[in-house]
Amino acid sequence: MSKGNGIYPEDLKYTKEHEWVAVHGNVGTVGITHYAQSELGDIVYVELPAVGTAVVAGEEFGSVESVKAVSEVYAPASGEVLEVNGALAQSPETINKDPYTEGWLMKIKMADPNELKGLMSAAEYRKHIEDESN
Amino acid sequence: MKDAAAPLKKTPLSDLFREMGARLVDFAGWEMPVQFSSLLEEHRAVRGAAGVFDVSHMGEIEVRGRSALAVVQRLTCNDAARLAPGQAQYSALTTESGTFVDDILVYRRGPEHFLLVVNASNTGKDFDWIAARAAGEVEVVNVSARWAQIAVQGPRAQDILKSVAPLDWAPIRYYHFVEAELLGGPALVSRTGYTGEDGFEIYLPPPKAPDLYRAILRAGTPLGLLPCGLGARDTLRLEAGMPLYGNDIDETTTVLEAGLGGVVRFEKGEFLGREALLRQKSAGVSRSLKGFEMIDPGIARHGYQVKVNGEAIGLVTSGSFAPHVRKNIGLTYVPSRQDGVGTRIQIDVRGRDAAAVIVPTPFYRRPR
Repeated sequence: MSKGNGIYPEDLKYTKEHEWVAVHGNVGTVGITHYAQSELGDIVYVELPAVGTAVVAGEEFGSVESVKAVSEVYAPASGEVLEVNGALAQSPETINKDPYTEGWLMKIKMADPNELKGLMSAAEYRKHIEDESN
Repeated sequence: MKDAAAPLKKTPLSDLFREMGARLVDFAGWEMPVQFSSLLEEHRAVRGAAGVFDVSHMGEIEVRGRSALAVVQRLTCNDAARLAPGQAQYSALTTESGTFVDDILVYRRGPEHFLLVVNASNTGKDFDWIAARAAGEVEVVNVSARWAQIAVQGPRAQDILKSVAPLDWAPIRYYHFVEAELLGGPALVSRTGYTGEDGFEIYLPPPKAPDLYRAILRAGTPLGLLPCGLGARDTLRLEAGMPLYGNDIDETTTVLEAGLGGVVRFEKGEFLGREALLRQKSAGVSRSLKGFEMIDPGIARHGYQVKVNGEAIGLVTSGSFAPHVRKNIGLTYVPSRQDGVGTRIQIDVRGRDAAAVIVPTPFYRRPR
């Protein structure tokens, strides 16, 4: 089975570390990709930053844990945390079921939209995971 | 040293698992399925219905001959003389200092015929250990390649196996086994397991394994059975409070420290490690393997540091989210004066001290 066959919406931007960001004006909604959740397996715990925290592009802002593994998550852009997905504390498995809608992790007010230029399109990300898994 | 480029060993089921789309990993040099569908679902299937596991990587060492009993008695800490043919026991190969060469199952197949089932990663070491110390009229043979092993575990295990083969399953009692014909070949059928559930472990010639595995899947699927990987096997054994060699027990931990005094039979007479264990018993162990449960959020994992009142006392030996009891649990060695149930400890979860508490084990006990 080809790893690039997962679902990667065209309107999102992707990081090498398997996060996605949806951009609306200067607000970015961040989550992990279908590939990331599938590699991790059943997600049972999520650690997210406090609202108001500053996050830095490329740096860790929290972690997502499955039964077997811990995976740090990295901010796709710098900015301030506006909101975190509190529902995940009770039902972290939402990330497995719906990584792009209900399974979002946080919303940030982005400091510099230019940072997004370094991120990947859906097609580039598909290629990236094909390369990574080969 | 293991050659990193050596190809992984395959069990007779490896090709079938590839077809089934299982996630395969390198486990002790074997290509083994870690997960089929979802670890959580596999774990819960075993607690609620049944699961089937390929454990063909386990090692088997035969000890036969007039001195067979004497050799087994000398090298293991449990009392093999108490086994009638058709009975099995949990035991350990012990060093002079009472630590684990390995934890093993001892099957008595006849008055002078034992089969030792050992951890995959230790097969070579155990065989060398036994062969070097086997005195008298005895033959020690590594027969691992002659046996595949399939475990069926869970409350529905017997119902499922009844429809797989016309064997009298019900009279086989816990830690007993029968030598039977299964799918037209010889098999050793044992009521044992590593999950905390009722179930069977079936040893059979490798060429028969795919047929048996498929028959179990066919009969079991309608009853809720799932194919299970090593991931679920690990969380199931941890919930059941069973130690894992290499994590919780090894050549640096004694059988008494591991809390397995029940399988140390001093009264049977001389065995390797007896003196050290007797000394430790009379002096009292200085540390013991204990279960803990996280109070603060976070999952303790193998290798995380453990503290009591801010002072480092050791490392988490096993830790996981426990899918059935739905808690974050683990095992660690705790100094004896601080090991009471209810004692607060702290786990360094990636830089954060998270509170945990010592609890009784097993974390899960099956309803009877």
